[in-house]
Amino acid sequence: MIPYLEKRAEHSRTMVYISPFIALALTLLGGIMLFSLLGKSPAQAMYAFFVAPLTSLYGWAELGVKASPLVLIGVALSIGFRAGVWNIGAEGQLTLGAICGSCVALWLYQVDSVFVLPLMMVGGVLGGMFWASIPAFLKTRFNANEILTSLMLTYVALLLLSLLVHGPLRDPDGFNFPESRIFHDAASLPIMVNGTRLHLGAVFALIAVGGIWLLLSKSLIGFQIKVIGQAPAAGRHAGFSVNRTIWFTLLLGGGMAGLAGMFEVSGPIGQLLPIISPGYGFTAIIVAFVGRLHPVGSLFAGLLIALSYLGGENAQITLNLPIAVTGVFQGMLLFFLLACDVLIRYRIRFKPVSRFRHG
Amino acid sequence: MIGKKLNLLAAVTHKVSTMLVALLIMVTGTSVHADGHGMKVGFIYVGPTGDHGWTYRHDIGRQSLESELGVETTYVESVPEGADAGRVIRQLATSGHKLIFTTSFGYMNPTNNVAKEFPDVRFEHATGYKRESDNVSTYSARFYEGRSVIGTIAGHMTRTGVVGYIASFPIPEVIRGINSFTLAMRKVNPDAVVRVVWVNTWYDPGKEGDAAKALIDQGADIIAQHTDSPAALQVAEDRGVFAFGQASDMSTFAPNAHLTSIVNNWDPYYIERTKAVMEGTWESVDTWNGISEGMVSFAPYGDAVPADVRAAADAVKDGIASGSIHPFDGPFNNQAGEQVIGSGEHLDDGDLLGMNYYVEGVEGDLPG
Repeated sequence: MIPYLEKRAEHSRTMVYISPFIALALTLLGGIMLFSLLGKSPAQAMYAFFVAPLTSLYGWAELGVKASPLVLIGVALSIGFRAGVWNIGAEGQLTLGAICGSCVALWLYQVDSVFVLPLMMVGGVLGGMFWASIPAFLKTRFNANEILTSLMLTYVALLLLSLLVHGPLRDPDGFNFPESRIFHDAASLPIMVNGTRLHLGAVFALIAVGGIWLLLSKSLIGFQIKVIGQAPAAGRHAGFSVNRTIWFTLLLGGGMAGLAGMFEVSGPIGQLLPIISPGYGFTAIIVAFVGRLHPVGSLFAGLLIALSYLGGENAQITLNLPIAVTGVFQGMLLFFLLACDVLIRYRIRFKPVSRFRHG
Repeated sequence: MIGKKLNLLAAVTHKVSTMLVALLIMVTGTSVHADGHGMKVGFIYVGPTGDHGWTYRHDIGRQSLESELGVETTYVESVPEGADAGRVIRQLATSGHKLIFTTSFGYMNPTNNVAKEFPDVRFEHATGYKRESDNVSTYSARFYEGRSVIGTIAGHMTRTGVVGYIASFPIPEVIRGINSFTLAMRKVNPDAVVRVVWVNTWYDPGKEGDAAKALIDQGADIIAQHTDSPAALQVAEDRGVFAFGQASDMSTFAPNAHLTSIVNNWDPYYIERTKAVMEGTWESVDTWNGISEGMVSFAPYGDAVPADVRAAADAVKDGIASGSIHPFDGPFNNQAGEQVIGSGEHLDDGDLLGMNYYVEGVEGDLPG
């Protein structure tokens, strides 16, 4: 017998909403088993993961710091994924955004003006868009697979960053260590809550969620994206341009990723370093899918995944759990979330082996 | 009734009862914190404790605090050197740790930023140069002294005259190591050269292994490394060439290929600094210790190292420890053939800290 997935004729609306909670309950159950096996109290572990990081204002602010880039990129990527444009290279676009934003900051190092920060943002967005325009061009002109081109450009971006911080953008007073100067106040993001690191980027992430929700539900381009994603032939018959959609979604994803990168260097990091992102561009893909390619879903998914990171750090500190356990637990959470979603829309059937042989 | 039901559940499966208790405790918000007795010392690591290299040795140092001084210790591993580091360091500072070791260069600015916020907590940053408040110390080891010893061994043992060197990032620390290695090697074998592959990571067994293969294909018969995993040694063992371990004794990964390893020995420093906090004598200092203080030590020589080579290596080791030899004794030239320093002199610490050039005998261009 071979198991296969069969699409359900119609899936329950209620189940769609209950699904995340079932997944959460399953994660709790799995977590309890995992932590019991490791000889840790499951109650303490759950507390360390999900409650302790949020017992202070600083903790909540850090949740925002960690979730901002994830949400910002996740919502933008979900638009592309809906249209069937697979931009896997947000990490590279983020890197280019950080580079361009930093170039502005370092170029205007002596300038103390309110215009420095907006210029950096423009630089970040343009940098990300530029990097995303390469796969867009290759796709529309040569039909090159954007999954490969965008992904490979990520490695180019990381090497470019490395080259710049080891060379032209290096701090002249930094003993040749690969770091830029620390940005001046004029080039640093304003802090939203005093005594924390919660920065302007969090506000932009919320604006992005609202903006993209409007775009998807109210605008013609949003409608086109949905049609082209679900039924490309129907979209073409209706006169919607597939190429325009490819350009639009890639530039949007790239621009937002670039902005997120600029926020990272101008906010919590405060300078350009050889490594600026712990893989936000890749994690944002998970955010988009856990959020079911919906802007509000991406917001919650971003917060949840950010919390699991904070929780993982906290579990190491308070319970001496190794980081590998954190990874297993995060994996469990994502697995259950996605599995529940799949099983609501599909059912598992079994086929006898022979049918495959002759069919 | 309820009790009966609970009993029933517990009888069905033990796990379910555990879960209920867990949920009950979660609902009532009971948390259990470690008891506050004794001092707590925190560590933040850039890699996993199982890297068998850099982080592994710091973690051995951490364990020595528990066994020698009975203090409580905490570590957080694989913390990226970006926005996350500041949060983790701060979290250690707010959770009762009185002394915090931040064990990678990239934690320099976050360490200094958090330190300003918590004047009662002492911070020790490895390999950095910023001490912006008087509760921050910096410490590092003169690994280049160790590289002079293994360079001597390489000079004696290379047959092809090409030694491969796997390097992480082109920072002064790593460049200094390459140069010290090369100078010592060419004192023994003036025609031997060093080929460098930059892998742009401290820890990535896949990349490190690939770099080793590429270097061996280019004729290297000895591999040295400034990255943290034993992957290159394993490749060397497979391909029948020699290699040096990094940071810890890596002989178990390559019993035949392993010549020796530079072993980072943080234990005495960690114990001394923790004691100083306990006794109230801790002060902000910049420590840069080497072979003579025992911070840089070595794994036992591999069987392949002949007695005369061992004697030559030991002579360099003893000379550096006593001060009669300096790894950067003049005269020597840079890659372009220009003299860096003349006979009878050696580079001072300032020159070493900002080193950004290759010496003669290193092939290829320095990136950046």
